[in-house]
Amino acid sequence: MNIYSKPIFFTIVVTVVILIGTTVMMVFPAFSPEMAPKMANVHPYTALQLAGRDAYIENGCYYCHSQMIRPLKAETMRYGEYSKAGEFNYDQPFLWGSKRKGPDLARIGGKYSDKWHYKHMNDPRKLFQGSNMPAFGWMADYPVDAEQTEKGMKALGFPYTKEEIDALKDKTKLDAIIAYLQSLGTAIPKPPKQPMIAAGDKNPLAGDPKAIEEGKKIFDMNCAACHGVDAKGDVGPDLTDNEWLYVAGPIHDDTLFSIIADGTKKDQQFEGRAAKGGMPSWGEFFGKKKIWSVVTYIRSLESK
Amino acid sequence: MGEAVAYEWKPVKGFALSGLFWGLVCVLLGLVISVQLWKPELNIPPYLTYGRIRNVHVNGLVFGFAVAEIFALSYYMVQKLTRRPLLFPKLAMVQLYIFNAAIAAAAVTLLMGFNRGKEFAELMWPLNVGVVVLWVMYAVIIVGTIIKRKEQQMYISLWYMLATVVAVAILFIVNHLDIPVSLTKSYSLFAGGNDANIEWWYAHNAVAFVFTTPILGMFYYFLPKSTGLPVYSHRLSIIGFWSLIFTYLWTGAHHLVYSPLPDWVQTVGIAFTLMMIAPSWASVFNGYYTVGADWSKMKNAYLTKFFLLGITFYGLQTLQGPLQGLRMVNQIVHFTDWVPGHVHMGTMGWLAMTICASIYYVIPSVYDTEVYSVKLANVHFWLVLVGQLIFSITMWILGIQQGVMWKAISPEDGSLTYTFMESVLASYPYWQMRTFGGLLFFTGLCVFAYNIVMTIKSANKSAVAVEGR
Repeated sequence: MNIYSKPIFFTIVVTVVILIGTTVMMVFPAFSPEMAPKMANVHPYTALQLAGRDAYIENGCYYCHSQMIRPLKAETMRYGEYSKAGEFNYDQPFLWGSKRKGPDLARIGGKYSDKWHYKHMNDPRKLFQGSNMPAFGWMADYPVDAEQTEKGMKALGFPYTKEEIDALKDKTKLDAIIAYLQSLGTAIPKPPKQPMIAAGDKNPLAGDPKAIEEGKKIFDMNCAACHGVDAKGDVGPDLTDNEWLYVAGPIHDDTLFSIIADGTKKDQQFEGRAAKGGMPSWGEFFGKKKIWSVVTYIRSLESK
Repeated sequence: MGEAVAYEWKPVKGFALSGLFWGLVCVLLGLVISVQLWKPELNIPPYLTYGRIRNVHVNGLVFGFAVAEIFALSYYMVQKLTRRPLLFPKLAMVQLYIFNAAIAAAAVTLLMGFNRGKEFAELMWPLNVGVVVLWVMYAVIIVGTIIKRKEQQMYISLWYMLATVVAVAILFIVNHLDIPVSLTKSYSLFAGGNDANIEWWYAHNAVAFVFTTPILGMFYYFLPKSTGLPVYSHRLSIIGFWSLIFTYLWTGAHHLVYSPLPDWVQTVGIAFTLMMIAPSWASVFNGYYTVGADWSKMKNAYLTKFFLLGITFYGLQTLQGPLQGLRMVNQIVHFTDWVPGHVHMGTMGWLAMTICASIYYVIPSVYDTEVYSVKLANVHFWLVLVGQLIFSITMWILGIQQGVMWKAISPEDGSLTYTFMESVLASYPYWQMRTFGGLLFFTGLCVFAYNIVMTIKSANKSAVAVEGR
């Protein structure tokens, strides 16, 4: 009379033992509202975004990019506000990932312009020297499967219009994945930033040759991606001519500083000029001294 | 007693060799993706990019190698431990053919991009139906053979087998529930946080019931068999078994520390993960004390060192894992290359070491011959050991480096010290070193395969000689 000579009884006991932890940790939380709280501004994906999400999964992007920002100081500085449960209510499957060979993408939406993304997908090493991301420009040769995407929208119960599906027919998988990336993390408004300097502040490092050297290093690594290695412009504008924000004439140091620190939004006003938007913010990365060094470096190019 | 049993070895041979084949292919793919990480030009779109080959590497080794060898070795053990031939041997052969077709189909469809989007659960839904069918066949054969057994008491290895049969079925089915869209596309039935919690409940317990329980079953059978030493403590193995299968299911959330999951789920997951040290180390102690009865076996019985090193890495793995779950440690190492370092100590150190040693024991037994070369087996041992150590240690160092670089805040003005790219640039030498370690490991595995093939060849020759007489 022992359990080890009764295989069926033994198997039943094993099953019960396994189901205890399963019930408490997997089944029970599934019914708790904390797992999927309703959140304003979180919407189902559009047909194009869903097609992009499918392409993201198809190519295994989630093996190298996480989509989950942890509530840790350095992490929120680098990637933005930490992830909230409600933001993922329409994610089937979830794509939080488990590894960052590349940066987190939970709030990549709106950080760069579409133009930047196309360029980056085509040749990541053109924008980031030494990047190991494979090129994905070839996705432009693959049209979106409109029929399958429509079936997917139906299966997930996402609302869509006939026009939306028809519009998919001229879209490629590259268009779709970029539309998807641009949607990520946008449900939560970006928190307002405390200005890092006071209006009218002058560059304390102006003309300092050491700062020029330091600024060039930072520029080559981070800014050359968009403004070109020689700063003569590419995705972003030329920084060596006398045009600022597409209008001729100089701007002040403090304005240049805040453009670098906080980035630009479309039609944002700087000294009476309207920005086109697309400049990401670098304040969290660089801090005051590094930004002033970059300003110093840019000024040194200008005077050449 | 003493009557000859007509054992069914064909399915054992078939699965052992199939697993060996898929193992070699998929370790080689691992080498390929390790190079792609530091040489991105080697990504050949669309089919041969990192994001697609990686799935074939992982799925191929989990299903194609580990599960095939689990089938092979449990079909061997179950016959020996029940003292009767396998029930439904023809079914096992049908299972073997379907299995190989399924793995081939999995490899092709993953490269084509048919991916469900959940780690270790990527296969498209029709293939998952196939996996369930294969598993039901396995369950029928194992449970059936055990019910019809000729030996009253079930040995430890059979407990682990039965637990594996039940747990994998539950885990696999729940985490593969899908809304089908077409034959190749489906969406997970669950969303967001729930999907994440279910995924890691599944994935961590795939580690439990594919990489641990069946392998412990092998360990408890083949270590005593190959050394002639009885298991040190039966009581310890009873305690180890029940506490292991109870605790494991609570721990999945340690993969989601600092995620939007409720704090209590994370904390309970971490706490149970710490508790896991005890049941895991019960088997470690049992292994060490078993060999401790006669340490000369390390020198004289060539398989002893495989098993002992295997259980050593299991012990280190089950100590490292709980430490990684701690919030303080997790915030540094999570998302970094520390994690593949950890995983590969378990797979290359514990799993592959124990499986290979068991195969070394089983192949000569089922072909009725001696192993071709003990010397080559020793060469294999040192190559895979050194290869794995280089791999893991390199990745641990790199993981800490990445974690610290990502967290570094400049004391001057509170800004981030490094951009993400700087951490990538600093990773290249380590990624190259890992490829070197992997190359050693792969070479060791080739030596193993050669040794096994030659053992079978020499057996066939002597069989012909016997017939000719």
